Amino acid sequence: MSGLDFDVSHLLAGGLVLVSFMLLYQTRIYALLNVYAAQAFVLSLAVVWQAFVQDKPHLYATAAVAFLFKAALIPYALHRAIDRLGLRREVENVVGIGATMLAGLACVALAIVVMLRIENEADALAREDLAFALAVILLGLLMMVVRRNVVSMVIGFMSLENGLILAAAGAKGMPLVVEFAVAFSVVVALVVIYVFLFRLQDRFGGVDVGVLEDFQGSRR
Amino acid sequence: MTALPAVQAILALPLGAAAALAFLPDYRLSARLNVAASFATLAVACSLFVLPGFATPYLLIDDLNVVFVALNAFVGFTTSVFSASYIGHELETGRLTPRNLRFYHAMCQFLAFAMNLALTANNIGLMWAALEIATLTTVAMVGLYQTREAIEAAWKYFILASVAIALALFGTILIFMAARPALGEGGMIWTLLLRRAGDFDPALLDLAFVFLMLGYGAKVGLVPLHAWLPDAHAEGPTPISAVLSGLLLNVALYIVLRFKLVIDANGRAFAPGPLLATLGLLSLLFAAFMLYRRRDVKRLFAFSSIEHMGLIVFAFGIGGPLANFAGLLHMTMHSLTKSAIFFTVGHIAQAKGSQSIADIRGLTVSQPWLGWTLLAGVFAIAGLPPMGVFTSEFLVVSSTFARAPVLALILVFGLLVAFGALLMHAQNMAFGDPGGPEIRSRASPAPIVAHLSLVLLAGIYPPPPVVAWFEHVAAMLH
Repeated sequence: MSGLDFDVSHLLAGGLVLVSFMLLYQTRIYALLNVYAAQAFVLSLAVVWQAFVQDKPHLYATAAVAFLFKAALIPYALHRAIDRLGLRREVENVVGIGATMLAGLACVALAIVVMLRIENEADALAREDLAFALAVILLGLLMMVVRRNVVSMVIGFMSLENGLILAAAGAKGMPLVVEFAVAFSVVVALVVIYVFLFRLQDRFGGVDVGVLEDFQGSRR
Repeated sequence: MTALPAVQAILALPLGAAAALAFLPDYRLSARLNVAASFATLAVACSLFVLPGFATPYLLIDDLNVVFVALNAFVGFTTSVFSASYIGHELETGRLTPRNLRFYHAMCQFLAFAMNLALTANNIGLMWAALEIATLTTVAMVGLYQTREAIEAAWKYFILASVAIALALFGTILIFMAARPALGEGGMIWTLLLRRAGDFDPALLDLAFVFLMLGYGAKVGLVPLHAWLPDAHAEGPTPISAVLSGLLLNVALYIVLRFKLVIDANGRAFAPGPLLATLGLLSLLFAAFMLYRRRDVKRLFAFSSIEHMGLIVFAFGIGGPLANFAGLLHMTMHSLTKSAIFFTVGHIAQAKGSQSIADIRGLTVSQPWLGWTLLAGVFAIAGLPPMGVFTSEFLVVSSTFARAPVLALILVFGLLVAFGALLMHAQNMAFGDPGGPEIRSRASPAPIVAHLSLVLLAGIYPPPPVVAWFEHVAAMLH
């Protein structure tokens, strides 16, 4: 693999991590949606580059799914859900933004430390791609933990899933990547439909997980 | 002739039945078709015991998964019989509409298809996808009643399960990365993975197993990722609680065992046993203490499922022929007993119109056979002799005493704590003065009696062919 291939892959995967960080400090829900769409766009670029470098045409399909579905359709649907259901526009954090960013840094450091331990039997590019992917996954998890708002939890999950697609696309010769991408899109679609269909708003008087806590399953 | 046509049949039967049920408007007919399809699946699944195993790139039958498939088919069948007598009442009280029921029956068969696919898959990607489908199906069923609690339970289950699915997929990708230098594009076929495991990079395998354990372990219901389990069991229709506890947890466990075999075969990766044993023991202790303050009867038995899955995972973590044998036996006994208990509890909740333990009193007086079968079930699940659960728990404890006496002490302590909690609750529900209004249950006792007598038989005289089969599988598992 030539130096340029390597550098562009790194640039795009690194860009994905950077956008994941941007997700962490958004305080407005529309801005959060836009940043998520940007992340999905960067992901589709990264997958297109992998398809080109590995000469695997089926990865173009994965990239197309990522672009159409996650950069366009899902943000649009959530946008409408927020308008229609009159959901709150602010994003409430359980933890302050400064602390969240520090925790995010720790996640990335963890991902790198864990991945660099691995011997160079797998080639360097695959290994470092995995490190970036793991960082995106951990940042997505972090976002799900620090946000109380249902829509931003969903976005946290979707950004976690973007990390998975990056890992699957970077794993050279992995079969079923397109199928995985589609399978996950189905899960994501169901989550979004769930938000629509059951109008968590109507049922709980606000799309905020905190409101649900009077149910407190574990005490019953 | 290999078992391939039989496997195709146990996949095609439930899938075809699901398609047919989706269009059948009459719920009585649907319930019968559901029973018939489950019975046909069971009959075909039994033929797997005599047909020789095989491995194609996508499907696999060996001695390990035959046990799981057969158990699955059996409990699936008895659950469909129970469900037929359960849903009529739900319709009368208006908790479900005929449209709900059409969806419910189709989903029952679809779930059976997904679980059979997960159990017979030879490709770890396919295995992952099948478990994902099974999970999403149960999410839809948990929310079936559309009450506030049901929707929240389904949402919680959905989010936790999705994260678990994602982590498991990352683990699967890492396994593929580890296998790629040795296997190339064949790095997702389980039989190849097992054969060439020695050539894989141990550091990648370590990391992969951590993610697989987090992902699939959450599905098994291991602490600290168990939070979805009690809610999902309590708020869905009772047949689904029985299937969740009796079957879906086993399917996730089966996948964990498959990956444990690959990691074990590598030799240089870290030993998965201690991780499994620790998580199992933690789950057991945690659930044992949580049993005391339950107020909802289905939640009570859901926590008991966490406890028993913990014990089973612990047994496989300890390893060795005896502990593995005990783990397999306990898994079978737990599936049979726990689904029998959920059948009983389903009828009790319908008769009393409430799932709250405080509302359920004096069952042995007002509904003698429900009261006594509940007691029998609780005796069995608490591990009293002569039931089969006692045999398997005894084997786990004695094999642990031989290997790690300190762990055995903790284990016995946890079991005793759980025992006390279960007996306390059972006594309150079975005896005393039956207060409050209730209706006479018209439930069919057949599935409950069938399960409990099998458990009793295993405790008194375990059939030698079954013992031989389990011993063989236990040796396979190291």
